[in-house]
Amino acid sequence: MEEIIQHLAPLLKEISGYIYPNEIELHWGILVVIYPYITGLVAGAFILASLVKVFNVEEVQPTYRISLLTALAFLFVAPLPLLAHLGHPEKSYEIFLTPNTNSAMAMFGFVYAWYLMAVLLLEVWFDYRESLILWSQHETGLRKWIHKILSLFSTDISEKAIKFDKKAVKIITIIGIPSAFLLHGYVGFIFGSIKANPWWSSVLMPIVFLFSAIVSGIALIMIIYMVVTPLRGKEIDMRCLNKLASYLFYIMIIDFSLECLDFIHRIYESEESIKILAQLVSGKLFVSLVVIQLLMGMILPLGAIAIVKIFNLPDELKKLIYFLAALLVQVGIFTTRWNVVVGGQLFSKSFSGLTTYKMTFFGLEGLLMSIFLLLLPFLILYILFKILPPWDEARVTG
Amino acid sequence: MKKEQRKKLPRRDFLKNVLRSCAGLMLPGFLFAKEAGKKAAALLLDGLYNPAEHSWGMGIDINKCIGCGRCADACKKENNVPNVPFFFRTWVERYRVFENGETLIDSPNGAVNGFENLTDERTIIRSFFVPKLCNHCNNPPCVQVCPVGATFQTVDGVVLVDAEYCIGCRYCIQACPYGARFLHPETRTAEKCTFCYHRVVRGKLPACVEVCPTQARIFGELKKKASPLVRFMRMNKIRVLKPALNTEPRVYYSNLDMEVR
Repeated sequence: MEEIIQHLAPLLKEISGYIYPNEIELHWGILVVIYPYITGLVAGAFILASLVKVFNVEEVQPTYRISLLTALAFLFVAPLPLLAHLGHPEKSYEIFLTPNTNSAMAMFGFVYAWYLMAVLLLEVWFDYRESLILWSQHETGLRKWIHKILSLFSTDISEKAIKFDKKAVKIITIIGIPSAFLLHGYVGFIFGSIKANPWWSSVLMPIVFLFSAIVSGIALIMIIYMVVTPLRGKEIDMRCLNKLASYLFYIMIIDFSLECLDFIHRIYESEESIKILAQLVSGKLFVSLVVIQLLMGMILPLGAIAIVKIFNLPDELKKLIYFLAALLVQVGIFTTRWNVVVGGQLFSKSFSGLTTYKMTFFGLEGLLMSIFLLLLPFLILYILFKILPPWDEARVTG
Repeated sequence: MKKEQRKKLPRRDFLKNVLRSCAGLMLPGFLFAKEAGKKAAALLLDGLYNPAEHSWGMGIDINKCIGCGRCADACKKENNVPNVPFFFRTWVERYRVFENGETLIDSPNGAVNGFENLTDERTIIRSFFVPKLCNHCNNPPCVQVCPVGATFQTVDGVVLVDAEYCIGCRYCIQACPYGARFLHPETRTAEKCTFCYHRVVRGKLPACVEVCPTQARIFGELKKKASPLVRFMRMNKIRVLKPALNTEPRVYYSNLDMEVR
């Protein structure tokens, strides 16, 4: 109680105009920013992986298993920020026991469980089954048993069985694409369906979320691929990287167009909330929305990749530009989530004033926890890479 | 033959048991709901109160409100709302409209201590007070979004929160267009005006209505002709807050200014 008073009291001075008295406490902070950011990476990485299996894009084959494992690592972490931000995390199971079927949020558990169990785990298992069996045959000790257990003690590597695995992966991917759309589109719907909040309430929200998710997913895989490959002492496949950058470029253009459409639509319709939103965008959100999200996270990387596409640059320079562009995109998409989640709570629903968000450092909803939650998936990914090496040579030698 | 049978039956039983135990996962939910329902019935039906016979609402006459803030103060005391300026079940806003059309709104500490005198140099063309509280919407967005069904509408039209169910996700706070909800800093669950339901079922008025010195707040039945609320709605031109959102509030204002949102 004392803590909350100490946290909120200085905020009273930061208010401009009039806000409803209950609005001083900003309810969805950095953790709820991280949640859509992480699920976006999951959906994006998975959709990239599906390019190989469903659309037969041969060039990006080297990143197929990396994408799958990345999606899995981030999916494990996805519910944690939500859990940490609840007032009563110990009661969260009630979402499964007595869900309110009218609530968009109540569906989270089911969408999540479906995506984890029915899509990702199954696809990873079928894709790795043959490798697991081959690996366990040549290995000894703990690794042998880990791989044996992970293969669920299956031993059949006949041609027929392998053919079935391949078919299964393809079918799961075909189911997986709409599921990935569902997973992240649904996160957009949680915000887009709140009619009380004009910054959120938009039918475009799920679609914008989805395309920004694909953008962030591809950029993340580019970063991971470009960091991990030299560390393993291997050559980066430029054909693969160029293709990834192309996909990133085109999806970013779609994403950018959608955001422009949303922006123009708001200004043109000029509804009741337009004045306070204009104040918000030109004031408290200017740096994070216009400078970071738009200029640094969108226009700059788009321009950089365009230059690579137009001019015939040496491979080393290309790699550098791709890497920097992908990093900027990550910063941009994280800021996009920030601007949606926190930005939507910086103006009063009385449309007469603005408030401020002050992050804490310690505590369940603090900065430290957030950094931990953002690093955790990389730790999980490291372990997954150790247990299930996604490299091509591991696949061939068995 | 016998051996085969032995082998087969356990497997079938096993599958059955798996299904049963999965179904069992849902059981606590049903049991709790049933128990809670019984408790509520014992409290309301065995007593003299039958929710089906009532339909509550509130009228607010802006012209009568003098901004003393006794309602906001009484509400905090009656409902143990933390006495700090961040959490309110009800509050009073003061509006000042100047000659040039500019509007100033304030509600220092929710008007629990009333307002200080005006010292404006500029000419005010309109000034008035607006008491605010949960609108107990007939089409409540907070009830729609609650993932566990902890917030609900009673038969007599009051929107309540079951603190034992609430997981503190705060989606309802985001969904409320009126800023009427907050997270209680001690219970960490969503809180809001209950129309003083604990008083109403005993035939008493909500605390804010009881203490209002000018009878600016009118509480009563929406469907009984003899009700003071029905009379208020017959004698005045009525508006609700944010009608475009189709929340269908049960809190009705008379003489509401266009500046009020």
